[in-house]
Amino acid sequence: MSEFLFLYRGGQRASDAAESDKVMQKWVAWMEDLGSKGHLKDRGQPLDPAGKVVRGKQKVVTDGPFPESKDVVGGYTLVTARDLAQAAELSKGCPIFDTDGAVEVRPVMEM
Amino acid sequence: MVEEPLYRRESGRMIAALTRIFGIHNLALAEDVAQDAFCRALEIWRLRGVPDNPAAWLMTAAKRRAIDVLRRERTARRFAPDLGRLHESEWTLVPTLDAMFEPSAIKDDQLRMMFSCCSPRISEEAQIALILHLLCGFSVGEIAAAFLSSHAAIEKRITRAKHALAQSSGLFDLADRDLPKRLASVQRSLYLLFNEGYHGASPESSVRAELCREAIRLGALLADHPSTSTPATLALCALMVLNASRLAARVDALGNLNALADQDRSLWDKALIERGIELLDRSAIGDELSEYHIEAAISSVHARSCGAAETDWKKIASLYDLLIRAKPSPVVALNRAIAYGHAEGPERGLAEIAAIDDISRLESYPFYHAALGEFELRRGESTRAREHFDSARKVARNAAERRFLTQRADACAAKSGASV
Repeated sequence: MSEFLFLYRGGQRASDAAESDKVMQKWVAWMEDLGSKGHLKDRGQPLDPAGKVVRGKQKVVTDGPFPESKDVVGGYTLVTARDLAQAAELSKGCPIFDTDGAVEVRPVMEM
Repeated sequence: MVEEPLYRRESGRMIAALTRIFGIHNLALAEDVAQDAFCRALEIWRLRGVPDNPAAWLMTAAKRRAIDVLRRERTARRFAPDLGRLHESEWTLVPTLDAMFEPSAIKDDQLRMMFSCCSPRISEEAQIALILHLLCGFSVGEIAAAFLSSHAAIEKRITRAKHALAQSSGLFDLADRDLPKRLASVQRSLYLLFNEGYHGASPESSVRAELCREAIRLGALLADHPSTSTPATLALCALMVLNASRLAARVDALGNLNALADQDRSLWDKALIERGIELLDRSAIGDELSEYHIEAAISSVHARSCGAAETDWKKIASLYDLLIRAKPSPVVALNRAIAYGHAEGPERGLAEIAAIDDISRLESYPFYHAALGEFELRRGESTRAREHFDSARKVARNAAERRFLTQRADACAAKSGASV
């Protein structure tokens, strides 16, 4: 088994509390499913959209992050899978797709 | 009843506590901070899982956000005047906020908010919408759905009411001299909120149950506080709990209404009946006999009887005699007439209906025609009964009522067919 990082990009906030609650419940169910099948290595952490970017030799600090807010990474999870194809397949259950977001699936480089 | 979603109760608690801290003039800020705390919590929970005590977690999140806001904006904004300068010093800021987020403090804040929403400067309709929005976490869309009103109309009503609220000098003080008068308005709003759920416009039974549940929850807050736990409050709580015990039997799985006589009494919630009767007993102190006492007593007679035929209609009729004096209205008069009809026969019922003052005001009330239909049917006049049910159907206010009344009209047809 190899390790893969899911990076959650974009995805819109729900408009009201009832809706956010439903979305959250879907995520929890998805995570539980990954866990019960033995794919969950580390649930990971959500990331605050506000941030700073430090860049270049001059170490210029700018308010972050990024040109396109729809691409901002909102969190990550570490999973285990047979190969990249299976990891990508696993990501398809993520509720982020309901809200126009994306999952970036990246293999962790092995020694 | 189904379990209440977390945001319902917690949003009301957060907004009440935050409004107390920021001051009523910063109501919008309090709402934003509560909303933000909730959304952040959900974003964390979706990856990390829901904690064991999500309610406590949310309140801690709201407190931290409040501390951030007070630190960041203490020079730019004016906060609650009764907070004094406590938020200005790091020595007092955190302990002050810790105390303000104690569960008992938050209960008081919810009561203050409820009393503030029932200001005489806010219309009765708007009071209820505002209570649902600020204390029960209902979105504008959910309120519009519950009242079968347009989103725009409810939004306007709430915006206007919030504006009036934010203009007031502060949250209502529970030690205020005006407390008894304001308490009566609060009781009335909860009564109307409950009835909206019980009889109201929305055909969707889950919304109705939620309205009833919220009214009962807020009523319990009143009943828990020494300043507001009056006999009338306890009687109101008894009334709501007793009526709610029949909610599950009142509407069947298809959303059809069941008349009291046809309800499956095994579906009545025995725990609620017990609680209602206990509340009614507790309300019988002092010499105050409010309309809530009388209505709760009527409801308790139904709750205690094993079937429609075994109901003590004479007692119900005599309670209606009291109620019509305390709260004269054509609908109360109609219900009184129905009770007499059950107690002494359909002729008496019809005579009492004919004697109602202002009877024209009942023309658009479907259950006026339905009552005439029931009594005519009972004395064998099925053709006349059918005409009354047809008139009732024409003024039905929703699909469930229409189906119910069509069914009754068909029953008359079956009877007259059988007798030929």
